[in-house]
Amino acid sequence: MCLAIPGLVMSMTGGDPLQRTGQVDFGGIVKTINLAYAPEARIGDYVLVHVGFAIAVIDEAEAAKVFEHLREIGEIEEMRSTP
Amino acid sequence: MKYRDEYRDGAAARRLADAIGRTVTRPWTLMEVCGGQTHAIVRYGIDELLPPSVELVHGPGCPVCVTPIEYIDKAIEIALRPGTILCSFGDMLRVPGTHGDLFGAKSRGGDIRIVYSPLDALAIARAEPVREVVFFAVGFETTAPANAMAAYRAKQDKIANFSMLVSHVLVPPAMRAILDGPDSRIQGFLAAGHVCTVMGTREYDPIAVRYRVPIVVTGFEPIDILEGVLMCVRQLEEGRAEVENQYSRSVRRDGNPTALELLAQVFTVIPRRWRGIGDIADSGFGLSAAYVEIDAEFRFGAVRSGEDPVGECLSGSVLRGERRPPDCPAFGTRCTPENPLGVTMVSSEGACAAYYRYRGLVPTKEPAQ
Repeated sequence: MCLAIPGLVMSMTGGDPLQRTGQVDFGGIVKTINLAYAPEARIGDYVLVHVGFAIAVIDEAEAAKVFEHLREIGEIEEMRSTP
Repeated sequence: MKYRDEYRDGAAARRLADAIGRTVTRPWTLMEVCGGQTHAIVRYGIDELLPPSVELVHGPGCPVCVTPIEYIDKAIEIALRPGTILCSFGDMLRVPGTHGDLFGAKSRGGDIRIVYSPLDALAIARAEPVREVVFFAVGFETTAPANAMAAYRAKQDKIANFSMLVSHVLVPPAMRAILDGPDSRIQGFLAAGHVCTVMGTREYDPIAVRYRVPIVVTGFEPIDILEGVLMCVRQLEEGRAEVENQYSRSVRRDGNPTALELLAQVFTVIPRRWRGIGDIADSGFGLSAAYVEIDAEFRFGAVRSGEDPVGECLSGSVLRGERRPPDCPAFGTRCTPENPLGVTMVSSEGACAAYYRYRGLVPTKEPAQ
């Protein structure tokens, strides 16, 4: 039940920070999402959505880290396989 | 889809599994806390990619599974009251109470509506002001901000016919209870990424120190889980026991400050009984004194204590990580999702349901989406 999925913020409405909503695109399905808990969200950001609420803005730089880690692992493998 | 497909890459997964294989020199037993992670592990066969010396034990992170039977009974009682609408997440409807489930109450005329978000329940209350609308608020920390917002809005907007039956639980006290168990074999944890997105990671530091267990906050995609396992076994091999964050694209050390502020206003930490596990001190949220009027227990009477059903179901030991679903003689025969004996087969996030769905008894069956 703690499922949360990433979606792209397409537009935002509402002035009251606790009532701000956005149209969020989940791979073609667009839903109205409450942005109260993601006050820093901007159009073009990816947010993580759980039961109708964005609970985080996904950090692009941090997201890249796992792939840097994978590249490092790949380099170690290469070094091992090089005689 | 961005932030999903790239974390499901098979070649990358095998590379991580190989790195885990090169890292481990002896057997290690890790627990993934969250039911969503259990589901991904079984669905993608992550456990089968790992070297045999690394065992993943499934944890209690299924809120539907751990909701005490007396709350199901209370929800049924409320649903059958004339003039009342009970709103619930869909997963709760098939959880057995002492006498039947919410689906049964619905067939007996109870007005029970499945909602996606607690704000949907609030919208029903606004639309039907002459009916009492009760939202069955279950969940871990991930769901608490959404439920807190429903309570906050109801109070702000004076929606007098809205209330919540709250059965909220917290992860860190359950981890402590598992580690305190006499039969605990857990040497490291993959902590629940979405719980920590809300709460941050600070509350895990004392657990890592006191029990000398590495805790790696981990995401939900196959690459996330494998990287979490790698980080955890590295710590174990190096003799470290620290809190590390694999899911840093979403989890910040201090959590979500806006959510934490509202949680502190709406909820207060109270003891909770966990189905299959028992009483755990300070292990849940209840509504704070300022929100007592929104408490369905205040409005419709307190929940009476109940007893877990006695039978051949092993769900308690499955939830504590002591047994695996296939260890149960009833698994897949006398106990199936259509005719479940216990909670871990009912909820789609329960460990038994995940094994049945993805491992099943018919190996040729395609996994459903």
